[in-house]
Amino acid sequence: MISKIRCAGFGGQGVVLMGKLLAQAGMMEDKHTTFFPQYGAAMRGGTANCSVVVSDDAIASPMAQEPDVVLIMNGPSLDKFESTVRPGGWIFYNTSLIDREVERDDVEIFKVAANDVADEVGSTRSANMVMLGAFAAKLGTVSVEALLDSLDVMLEGKGDKIMNLNREAMKRGAALAE
Amino acid sequence: MSGKVLMKGNEAIGEAAVQAGCQCYFGYPITPQNELTAYMSKRMLEEGRVFIQSESEIAAINMCFGAAAVGVRTMTSSSGPGISLKQEGISYTAGAELPLFFVNVMRGGPGLGNIAPSQADYFQCTKGGGHGDYRVLVYAPSDVQEQYDYTMLGFDMADRYRIPVLLATDGILGQMMEPLVLNEYKDPGDLPSKAAWRLGDPATKEPLWTTSVYLGDGELEEHNLKLQRKYDEIVEKEVRFEETSVDDADIVMVAYGTSARVAKSAMEMARAEGIKVGLHRPITLWPFPEKRLGEIAGSVDNMLAVEMSLGQMWEDVRLASCGACRVHLHGRTAGGIPEEAAIVDQIKKIMSSKGDEIIRNF
Repeated sequence: MISKIRCAGFGGQGVVLMGKLLAQAGMMEDKHTTFFPQYGAAMRGGTANCSVVVSDDAIASPMAQEPDVVLIMNGPSLDKFESTVRPGGWIFYNTSLIDREVERDDVEIFKVAANDVADEVGSTRSANMVMLGAFAAKLGTVSVEALLDSLDVMLEGKGDKIMNLNREAMKRGAALAE
Repeated sequence: MSGKVLMKGNEAIGEAAVQAGCQCYFGYPITPQNELTAYMSKRMLEEGRVFIQSESEIAAINMCFGAAAVGVRTMTSSSGPGISLKQEGISYTAGAELPLFFVNVMRGGPGLGNIAPSQADYFQCTKGGGHGDYRVLVYAPSDVQEQYDYTMLGFDMADRYRIPVLLATDGILGQMMEPLVLNEYKDPGDLPSKAAWRLGDPATKEPLWTTSVYLGDGELEEHNLKLQRKYDEIVEKEVRFEETSVDDADIVMVAYGTSARVAKSAMEMARAEGIKVGLHRPITLWPFPEKRLGEIAGSVDNMLAVEMSLGQMWEDVRLASCGACRVHLHGRTAGGIPEEAAIVDQIKKIMSSKGDEIIRNF
């Protein structure tokens, strides 16, 4: 099994962290995994995206040119990546910030009101965790447990308050898909 | 150390250099290799070693010359434009027979180009780069683990042959994260002593001279022939490559680094459709695995060079084939990444083509 995932949003939404958490979680589950960020000239509010591949076998190409799954955090990212998803793949998108429907009819769709749920938990900034939780619970590419464990590695030293907020947001996201 | 960590390619190179005993890092920032310089700025100080962000690339390479001359392990890193600036110093290092390890995380050129991943410095990496009759041993890793492992080996080879050794990687390999086993550095145990030539050794009684200037009648020719004997030994002993499904193949792709990863994907796609495709991945770009590629060329009708440049490696594959088979090209440039499906399409075109037609796909 191989899953190519693209995370996309605007700079500041934490899409690079989403990708790192996915890769870390895949590694913790003894899978092969790669993470590749868009890099270079970037700014807060601009677009950001990264590719993650999680696989049972060695990964040849780290690029998610025709992803199986896209995790879309804002409208411009949906415009950019909707057409790239392989037929039969999945589009998870953030309905809190995107008011249009997906136009493709050959892909599976899962809507996540990521910012609204994050606001309920206590911080809009954890919308990325809501999206990750929903994705993991829905498709099981990596487990929610492994994602929670990967938070301990990636957010080491950030303090209990931020850690607990992110854990809670991820669990609430997972609950949306269960 | 056991277990795996998730690490960026650029940082893996830095950690491997620290483990291999690099005492002095000199560099100047440039994307997409900045994480390496940043990592060294932290780790070298933790270890009580030397880190200098120099005022320019030219300063950095000359600082390396000085450090190498006193016999300590030293390195620098950059991307295309910065490596171009360093070529004068690299040529001097080769002339003076000093061990040097350096890294090129390739980006799009020519000129200032762009910051996207590329393999367009192949000519510069493998054909000298600077002026004069010299060679650089070039390793082309294709994942984060290899970037770590070949950094360690690179320092050993620089000391073994007293030459500049280059790790040629690209923006994808430098920026990507993969699980990494932090292998411990093992001293090969048979590296030659530096006592006879390193400057500043209190045990040395005779004055020593580190130079690349040989003005006397016939002196430089004698010196260069000595270098050439060393290069011949490297060609004999140090060629490295990896092959996948070559034995039963009707067509063999040749690709290194990131391109080799995509080519491997394409190979699996083509095999699933019943096309017998193999992959030869050069790990040393110089010395190039020309002997092995010559054998392959004699056993297949077609080879396909896949590269993130417009036919630079293709020239070496054609040379190695000695005209024994057709050698085609799939090249992307300036940040374009080869796509699996496009490679498979080209393979199908090649398999159904006849005569001596050479198919180039950009």
